[in-house]
Amino acid sequence: MIKITVNGRSVELDDSMTVEHMLDRVDVPPNYLAVEVNAEVVPREDYTTQPIQDGDQVELVTLVGGG
Amino acid sequence: MGTGRYDTMTQMRDSLDASGSDCVTVAVRRERLYDRSGQNILDFLDLDRCTLLPNTAGCFTATDAIRAARLGREILKTLGNPGADWVKLEVLGDSKTLLPDPVQTVEACQELAADGFKVLCYTSDCPVTAKRLKEVGAASVMPAGSPIGSGQGLLNKNNLRIILEYLKDGDPDYPVIVDAGVGTASDVSEAFELGADGVLLNTAIAHARDPVRMARAMKYATLAGRDAYLAGRIPKKLYGTASSPSEGVISTRPYGGSENQ
Repeated sequence: MIKITVNGRSVELDDSMTVEHMLDRVDVPPNYLAVEVNAEVVPREDYTTQPIQDGDQVELVTLVGGG
Repeated sequence: MGTGRYDTMTQMRDSLDASGSDCVTVAVRRERLYDRSGQNILDFLDLDRCTLLPNTAGCFTATDAIRAARLGREILKTLGNPGADWVKLEVLGDSKTLLPDPVQTVEACQELAADGFKVLCYTSDCPVTAKRLKEVGAASVMPAGSPIGSGQGLLNKNNLRIILEYLKDGDPDYPVIVDAGVGTASDVSEAFELGADGVLLNTAIAHARDPVRMARAMKYATLAGRDAYLAGRIPKKLYGTASSPSEGVISTRPYGGSENQ
């Protein structure tokens, strides 16, 4: 069991996993999304290889209306 | 045009259509977890027509603004939108006035420009800060007319004139965009009449009683102001100058006076 933080909320995962699998687990719509792990953007092409590990700080962001 | 503060996504889309704008700002925000019902703004924008300009609104440090810019770029890259390398940089210094932090803004602008971003940089109407931002690589400097969302219009037209003069000196095509503070259509015309290349506005449309009609007014204000600037206003004179010929007039002048009095 590992514990990570996603958008400020604590999330427990069974084990270390790739970004792609983490996105499945936290159940966010995959469209229009950007992922940041420990303040570094993860390019989409790295989702299948970049690992998520215990203690990681994850931000999942999208676009909203703004001025 | 900004896309925030509308009652509905449909109202936003209709206002955008009425405005004629082809560049819209969007904000980068945390995705709501565990909720698939939310609408995404991108489903309401014609991405073939609109260049998306992600902003760093709500950031108070250069570090956070740079993170937001990079996240926005990552989202837009996957959409193939021409705005992918663009960012509207906004680093605030005070949550009450929403005035920008000039030190953090210059720092973030420099780093983002070096990272390949086209930085359209929100700043105050301070000419010195505007010069610094251009020097560190801003693709466009965007001075505020007045505080964000205040609707006060252009509070210091002299500073805006100086910014336009300084930034366009020897570089007439350098874009200067008035960003923030617009209250109504005449504010937009005024900015263009000063020589601004664009105006960025949001609340003046979104919070008008009839946003779609106000969006249309903004379009005409833009066309009127820009044409008036290009056509060249006449100089102001203290005394009147008759438009009709003085010869052949059939009136007398009971209070005296000649042509020159």
